[in-house]
Amino acid sequence: MAGTGTAHLRDTDDVLLRIEDLVVEFKTSAGTVHAVSGISLDVREGETLGLVGESGCGKSTTGRAIMQLPPPTAGRVLFEGSDLAALNGQQLREVRTRLQFIFQDPISSLNPRRKLKDIVAEPLRIWKRGTDAEQSARVAEVLEAVGLDPEVAADKRPHQFSGGQCQRISIARSLVLEPKVIICDEPVSALDVSVQAQILNLLEEMKARYQLTLIFIAHDLAVVKNISDRVAVMYLGKICEVGSPDDLYATPAHPYTAALLRSIPVPDPTIPPVQSGLLIGDLPSPIDPPAGCRFRTRCPLAQERCALEEPEIRQVSADHFVACHFPLLGAETPEATPVEVGTAAP
Amino acid sequence: MTDTGRSGRRVLTAPATQDGALLAVEDFRTHFDTPGGMVRAVDGVTFTLDRGKTLGVVGESGSGKTVLARSIMGLLTGHNVVRSGSATYNGQELVGAKNDQMRALWGTEMAMVFQDPMTSLNPVMKVGRQITEGLRYHLDIPKDEANEQALQLLTSVGIPDPKRRLGQYPHELSGGMRQRVTIAIALACGPKLLFADEPTTALDVTVQAQILNLLNDQQRERHMAMILVTHDLGVVAGRTDQIAVMYAGQIVETAPTRTLFANVRMPYTEALLKSIPKLEDPSHTRLQIIGGRPPDLINPPAGCRFAPRCPYAQAKCHSEQPPLVEAETPGHLYRCWFPVGTAAGKEALERNLAHHVPAAEAAVTGDTAAAARVETGGLVVADVGGEA
Repeated sequence: MAGTGTAHLRDTDDVLLRIEDLVVEFKTSAGTVHAVSGISLDVREGETLGLVGESGCGKSTTGRAIMQLPPPTAGRVLFEGSDLAALNGQQLREVRTRLQFIFQDPISSLNPRRKLKDIVAEPLRIWKRGTDAEQSARVAEVLEAVGLDPEVAADKRPHQFSGGQCQRISIARSLVLEPKVIICDEPVSALDVSVQAQILNLLEEMKARYQLTLIFIAHDLAVVKNISDRVAVMYLGKICEVGSPDDLYATPAHPYTAALLRSIPVPDPTIPPVQSGLLIGDLPSPIDPPAGCRFRTRCPLAQERCALEEPEIRQVSADHFVACHFPLLGAETPEATPVEVGTAAP
Repeated sequence: MTDTGRSGRRVLTAPATQDGALLAVEDFRTHFDTPGGMVRAVDGVTFTLDRGKTLGVVGESGSGKTVLARSIMGLLTGHNVVRSGSATYNGQELVGAKNDQMRALWGTEMAMVFQDPMTSLNPVMKVGRQITEGLRYHLDIPKDEANEQALQLLTSVGIPDPKRRLGQYPHELSGGMRQRVTIAIALACGPKLLFADEPTTALDVTVQAQILNLLNDQQRERHMAMILVTHDLGVVAGRTDQIAVMYAGQIVETAPTRTLFANVRMPYTEALLKSIPKLEDPSHTRLQIIGGRPPDLINPPAGCRFAPRCPYAQAKCHSEQPPLVEAETPGHLYRCWFPVGTAAGKEALERNLAHHVPAAEAAVTGDTAAAARVETGGLVVADVGGEA
């Protein structure tokens, strides 16, 4: 997978957030975990960037590294012209008012002992925004925006709400300071499908109403396609493919994206489940990732070159970029012949 | 045929006739007696399952699908569990069966694969021993032979280097490998009925595909019946013969898989299908919403249990519980007064839209404000505008 390179970065004025060569490593007793290894991404104002991949691909770590939670090992996070990694604590806290985060588990991300109105008002109190009355009005406004009746809900505590309502509360809390960017880390994975639809629609509504820019992190490809304007697929700490969702899903250029799409069970009994072309084996250890392309140990198209040379991200069509030596272009790749998978040593 | 168990007890293995259902469940109920009242987790479920067939049980959290599977298998043994109705396995009544009787069935006749492979494996016991334990207890196989069989089982579930894996602990395996081990354990004694309770929910999508294919292959090879419990309609679509959709402790629609997807009758099933983002839809496709939340199972609604959230619901739905009725296609049953795809249903939906019923608006427009107004039952924040 590869993926160094910056061909997919855009040079327009409306790029709001840009990460360059982001590296996140964790030192453990077993060795250094290479969670994110030199990825670059940008998000335009008003855009929703979807980050998708399986567990361990580094998507959540990337989201957290943008917030400097924890700060990245190397690389830059440019937001509003400044590098967040270079800011001191006070400056960073100030920036984070415009850069908010929504977590996966809506219930554990709300303090169970506090009332809803206090949870949502806390950011305003910390930043001393307005008088008490103005703060209450603002809280009521965002609660109403996410579909909760402030009169009824304000004095209740999180356990009195369902999972879907708690996620609405998390969204309200993230909106209260009028942020520019919200990073949503698996905001619907803990929810039932019927509630998931509510939250996805709500995020779209909030994005339009408050002119938000979203980074939407999830493992569910269909969910990511539904909400995103641009999608980046990650594998083992690298970006393998970036593009507009309709293009990327219709004609995936990276063998990993293609395998991922093939694996998804389709809710249509007339389409038989896919038996071939599925990935086999497990994710290699991020402590000792494969040299060259990181996907090559499981890639049906891997060649000798993939072990020697890391593919750089390059353009395959208008807004579609891939990091692969033998991308799938339209039909099947011509020259690449499958090799025995799993024989290549990491 | 019969096998002799460890204690000299005869273990019955399928003498019965080949025709007739392997599992017949009738008006099966499982309630939990709690301080807050009787929780009617499974409330009158009826279905049959033939040998070698697969039944998909689909529903959201709290629909009773997991309780149904565990209760049939006799795994709910708390003092507060109240079971009634009938569930017969191969002619043998399971409701009221003693643990001893069930123990003779577990492993050799029925087995279960649980959702989370980490918690269903013993972390301090080597994988090999966990597989051979059942073989030695139920089938009284000598140690060497059991080890040999464990090796074959691990090979058959697609674990590379199985010999080494036998000597490893669960934490040394990946999630997908662990689930393969739990499947090997479940299959070890050759059960005729396998319960798979969300077997892939904890796994990544590429691993999920592997595990589902593995379950299908093993099932075909062993001519084993399977009850596949899941919340994901995609998982059951291509891999089951029959589907039962559960809501609030009841089966609200059941049909042969293809019929169900082609001729949905129950509004809940339709709503579930339409609220899932689909890969083939373009980006930013507006999703339909089921407003509200499932009802309180201590005091379920008097009429149809889905009525408070249903886009089609009329006055009758709130007062009279619809029975399971047969659709025109064979084997298709549903519980609805105004079914989808009929003139009555269409008219009901149009009437609701004309009256701005929130559930209908949420379903048709995907409007989250309307959905929020549907919040019903249970604890909080109901009836913002007082429409209900």
